[in-house]
Amino acid sequence: MKKLSLWSVLCVAMIAWSSSAFSDTIKVGVLHSLSGTMAISETTLKDTVLMMVEEQNKAGGLLGKQLEAVVVDPASDWPLFAEKMRELVEVHKVDVIFGCWTSVSRKSVLPVVEELNGLLFYPVQYEGEESSKNVFYTGASPNQQAIPAVDYLMDGGVERWVLAGTDYVYPRTTNKILESYLKLKGVDEKDIMINYTPFSHSDWQTIVSDIKQFGSAGKKTAVVSTINGDANVPFYKELGNQGLSAEDIPVVAFSVGEEELSGIDTAPLVGHLAAWNYFQSAESEENDSFIEAWQAFIGNEDRVTNDPMEATYIGFKMWAEAVSKAGTTEVDKVRPAMYGLEVPNLTGGTAVMNTNHHLSKPVLIGEIQDDGQFEIVWSTDGEVKGDAWTDYLPESAVIVSDWADPAINCGNFNTETKKCSGQNY
Amino acid sequence: MEKSLIQRLLLSDTGSKILTIVIIFIAIVVPVLNLLVPVDSPLHISTYTVTLLGKYLCYALLALSVDLVWGYLGILSLGHGAFFALGGYAMGMYLMRQIGDRGVYGNPLLPDFMVFLNWGSLPWYWFGFDHFPLALLMMFAAPGILAFVFGWLAFRSRVTGVYLSIMTQAMTYALMLAFFQNDFGFGGNNGLTDFKEILGFNLQDNTTRCALFVASAVALLSGYAFCKYIAQSRLGSLVMAIRDSESRVRFMGYRDEHIKLFIFVISAMLAGIAGALYVPQVGIINPSEFAPIRSIELVIWVAIGGRGTLYGAVLGAFVVNYAKTFFTAWAPEAWLFILGGIFVFVTVFMPKGLVGIYNQARSRNTRKKSMKESQANIRNS
Amino acid sequence: MSTSFADAIDEGNTVLSFPELVASLTTKKFDEKAVIIKKIQESEHPQSLIILSKLLDGKIYYKKDDKTVVIADITKKTASIINASTGEPLGQTTKKKLKKVGINNKLRRALNSSIAQLSLNNEDPKIRKSAVVEMFKNMDDEMSSILQKQLGVEKNKHVIKTLETAISINQLKSSVHDDKLQAIESLSNSLYPEVRVALNQLEKNLSTSPQTSQTLTLIETTQNSLKKIESRVGIYKQIENIFFGISLGSVLLLIAVGLAITFGVMGVINMAHGEMLMLGAYTTYIIQLLLPNHIEYSILISIPTAFIFTGLVGIGIERGVIRFLYGRPLETLLATFGISLILQQAVRTLISPQNRAVSTPEWMSGSLDINPALSLTYNRLYIIIFALLVLAGLMLLLNKSKFGLQVRAVTQNRSMAKAMGIKTDWVDAFTFGLGSGIAGIAGVALSQLTNVGPNLGQAYIIDSFMVVVFGGVGNLWGTLFGAMTLGIANKFLEPSMGAVLAKIIVLVFIILFIQKRPRGMFALKGRSADN
Repeated sequence: MKKLSLWSVLCVAMIAWSSSAFSDTIKVGVLHSLSGTMAISETTLKDTVLMMVEEQNKAGGLLGKQLEAVVVDPASDWPLFAEKMRELVEVHKVDVIFGCWTSVSRKSVLPVVEELNGLLFYPVQYEGEESSKNVFYTGASPNQQAIPAVDYLMDGGVERWVLAGTDYVYPRTTNKILESYLKLKGVDEKDIMINYTPFSHSDWQTIVSDIKQFGSAGKKTAVVSTINGDANVPFYKELGNQGLSAEDIPVVAFSVGEEELSGIDTAPLVGHLAAWNYFQSAESEENDSFIEAWQAFIGNEDRVTNDPMEATYIGFKMWAEAVSKAGTTEVDKVRPAMYGLEVPNLTGGTAVMNTNHHLSKPVLIGEIQDDGQFEIVWSTDGEVKGDAWTDYLPESAVIVSDWADPAINCGNFNTETKKCSGQNY
Repeated sequence: MEKSLIQRLLLSDTGSKILTIVIIFIAIVVPVLNLLVPVDSPLHISTYTVTLLGKYLCYALLALSVDLVWGYLGILSLGHGAFFALGGYAMGMYLMRQIGDRGVYGNPLLPDFMVFLNWGSLPWYWFGFDHFPLALLMMFAAPGILAFVFGWLAFRSRVTGVYLSIMTQAMTYALMLAFFQNDFGFGGNNGLTDFKEILGFNLQDNTTRCALFVASAVALLSGYAFCKYIAQSRLGSLVMAIRDSESRVRFMGYRDEHIKLFIFVISAMLAGIAGALYVPQVGIINPSEFAPIRSIELVIWVAIGGRGTLYGAVLGAFVVNYAKTFFTAWAPEAWLFILGGIFVFVTVFMPKGLVGIYNQARSRNTRKKSMKESQANIRNS
Repeated sequence: MSTSFADAIDEGNTVLSFPELVASLTTKKFDEKAVIIKKIQESEHPQSLIILSKLLDGKIYYKKDDKTVVIADITKKTASIINASTGEPLGQTTKKKLKKVGINNKLRRALNSSIAQLSLNNEDPKIRKSAVVEMFKNMDDEMSSILQKQLGVEKNKHVIKTLETAISINQLKSSVHDDKLQAIESLSNSLYPEVRVALNQLEKNLSTSPQTSQTLTLIETTQNSLKKIESRVGIYKQIENIFFGISLGSVLLLIAVGLAITFGVMGVINMAHGEMLMLGAYTTYIIQLLLPNHIEYSILISIPTAFIFTGLVGIGIERGVIRFLYGRPLETLLATFGISLILQQAVRTLISPQNRAVSTPEWMSGSLDINPALSLTYNRLYIIIFALLVLAGLMLLLNKSKFGLQVRAVTQNRSMAKAMGIKTDWVDAFTFGLGSGIAGIAGVALSQLTNVGPNLGQAYIIDSFMVVVFGGVGNLWGTLFGAMTLGIANKFLEPSMGAVLAKIIVLVFIILFIQKRPRGMFALKGRSADN
């Protein structure tokens, strides 16, 4: 009996192991999957954060202290994300967390990070419809990616639209927004085809053949693709083989970047489009030195950079600046210091953090080249302010987010009822 | 009488005794150290540990349910994750309805995901889930009915062995695909999340967490006692007879398919309860719980602990999950090597699991003893 | 240069020489480039076709120092360059010194149509034909008269037919009633989508114009023609669907046939089967990495290499783990699951967690155009043939060779086989190796269809189990039947229900089917089937 209780105490102690409450480093939590299905995308972001930490330390750290990265593996397992978030904040006492990729992982950690008053930087383009006090969204929201892309295609004379996506929240929301936007622009319902496929769908024969038929009606047709990750390669391969080239039916994708292209034979893809806030081919000094640093850090001069990496970069720079400005890593002081903060982005402009916790960023459209890079064919004149709540869905058009205005001070303020609903009172 | 029943169920052998004592011990100590001991005391147990152990307790109950069908009935179910997830979804739906108008869109009736998918009204299968008793009923009924239908079809036509295992896998896979669909009305890939309160108690509150923790411990212990009760009853002997030679049981005039169906349904319900307790503690339920890989993992917990012993299953669930928690933080890049290595090692070299090693060591002693005794007997006669 | 060129366009009367035109390609503005392309096409210079097609291929660069526009052949870091306007070789340079002349989709379309007009006299009738097809989209009287002239000199009957179609499309716009009628009737045999578009447009125009008896006849003829075309297209659509089904079936067959051996014949529930597929696919990647200049043959080399490599891995797994587990089939599941985790993570650590690019050889890309409404993609065609070859080879091996005899003997009665002097250990190891090796070749095929990444195996493992169980364990005919049935059923359900629901329905169907035939479609009979 005694032995047993000793054991269990030991076990509990082991779990709480490595919780060193007294340390003079600033701890940076990294919550990206290193195994499982999402490892494909997320390991890169883990390495990006590690590189940023290393660079910051070389430059003398922050507030006179060194930074220390705490890496954990949530293994693409959503409940595990919440558990690991709690571990980072409660056990490891990290001061900030960079992490998550999928929406569901963000949704899973959200209650935890709010309860423990942590600080999360989320670096991936997403569907919007959220603004948490404890999260800064450095990726694009739909108005920073989808709508400019559609505008661009419309200018090019596209009249018929295929909205193809993987069946989850991001494509569903984006397509709803686009559908209502297209109808607003006078596109007929018959000229919109919406299609959803499961995750890692691999047999695209029927769907591509349908798209081919849909596109042969005499009007210029384009595909707006929110197809996720693994399903893209077989999709593009099938497009190429069935003879749908970018001149006939261009595909504009929101989830295909340089990193995804490095896993695809790009020859049949040339001319298809992607909309992002950053391309590796962007010409600026910051970008050149970022690429150089990255390739040196990873020890591979063919390694590419991509948009979520830029979002991580901006997030990290902003956090570091906010910490120096606030003179502390305390979340309640860092958060207000973030608002209005400007750091140079990698495409030659400046990124500004807005009070709705979303960034102002430029929108770029690139065409895929045969070397796996994008040729930037269009960009917005200036930076576009990220919308937490879209204007094109009736329920969310009335909601605004502002964490600095004392009259609002919440993430979802209903302008009609003049009240905040939901998790943040 | 009462006391002797408890004794019979929980204190009959060393394994049960240890299990009972440990669970009661942590069910008391953990909440006390979390709630009553100040945060800066070295004895304080963090909320992280409470939720973590709470999760393990649910997993242990799930492992128990797998062991009941695998270790006792001899059916290797690769679909128990489905029952677990269904129980979890039933609880999740109740918790979703408790959010009321505190969702981001402030809709009093519809959960957020339905609002942005433009659903006009609540689908029929969501009705009644705002009442806890009905939700509670569904936590048993949803997995129970699925198990009944599946089992009734499968056992009646005598699908056995590997085929049955693969079919259970097909079942959970089909359900996963279905739940991933947004049109299905269960929140698609994002699942159900952002819960506020259960039975009026705030889920973010440490007291609620500890209460759920204790509830999980109680559920595990009752589940254990219940399984033990079945195992020790006349039914239990039949169950094990089916495992060892199904056709002989059938030839003796027993309706083996009825017995199998009964145990299968019971086990599914236990898994459902485990899921229902799991969801409020981890705060999310999503279709990946249906993933066939998850169900295979469950089986591995049981195998590692030692199947056919019940307490072995509980031990396995704790050991594997603790290893997972530990290694994902300690060696994030290498933990799959370690985990995979453990699976291979245990199946090849420890066919009876961790419990088996202990028993082997002990039986070597007793065998020596009994050999001596029998030799003595022979001499005497 | 470019500014003066822009001015020149504005004034609209300057004639630039050919080298000047080519040099002005260095402009950054896409609409200027479009004008230049048109002018290059009209210049009728011997280099123009080469320049335009190289521009389309992305092979036109200019030197950063003196802005000479060149055609560059780039390998890694060096490039051999040719002066674009003269065709004179300029020797070697480095990639860094060159800048690409970028194009966008609008330019690609312009280039395609320019190239088409320049290719009307190409030697290859196929190119001539596709050049004419390219013109369907923007037919006018001027183009029509050019094609009329072409019709006079053309000899190839396919090209003549296409030319006639093109002229007929233009004739639809004619104001002469009889011409129109004739065009409509002659077009009713054509399956080109452009024809359908033109006819639909005509019908719409006619129905809004005054309803004279002439228009009524025209409308009726148009509708009849359209109906005729639609019904033919419908038939081809069905044929295409069957092809899709067979091709999905053959992928399923390939991935399942290895499992049919390890699981069906040996009774090992090999959860690492998916990872064998993955290893096969990675073998293709590595072969392409080692032989970057022989992409065309890489697949052919990969097939035996993958077979041997994954086969050896399989033998290793059998010797190291599985041989301890015979007679405990369900436990092989657990051990091989552990192995599959290890293999996945090994690939992540050793190669990369990212997907890898595997190129498709020229002969496997594109499609076989049977007619404008039906084309079969080459990669799918080859995979169908390949899958059947693999199956046939395997059957021959198992039924006609000594090894096959021994395998069957061991699976049917292990102890008796042993008593007859068969080295059962040896047979087990090689059978497992064979199953794994075949999974490896299936992986090579998959590398042409989908991602090559650590998760490749996971995506296919359940499907392959379904096929084997549905078809009946231990019978290769069953595997063939199972794969084809599931493939075709999936493809016929998909158009009406969507991909997900189709898959769910097929799964439910399998579950119900197994109730009827608990041992699959082609069950083994006899004693060995009882255990």
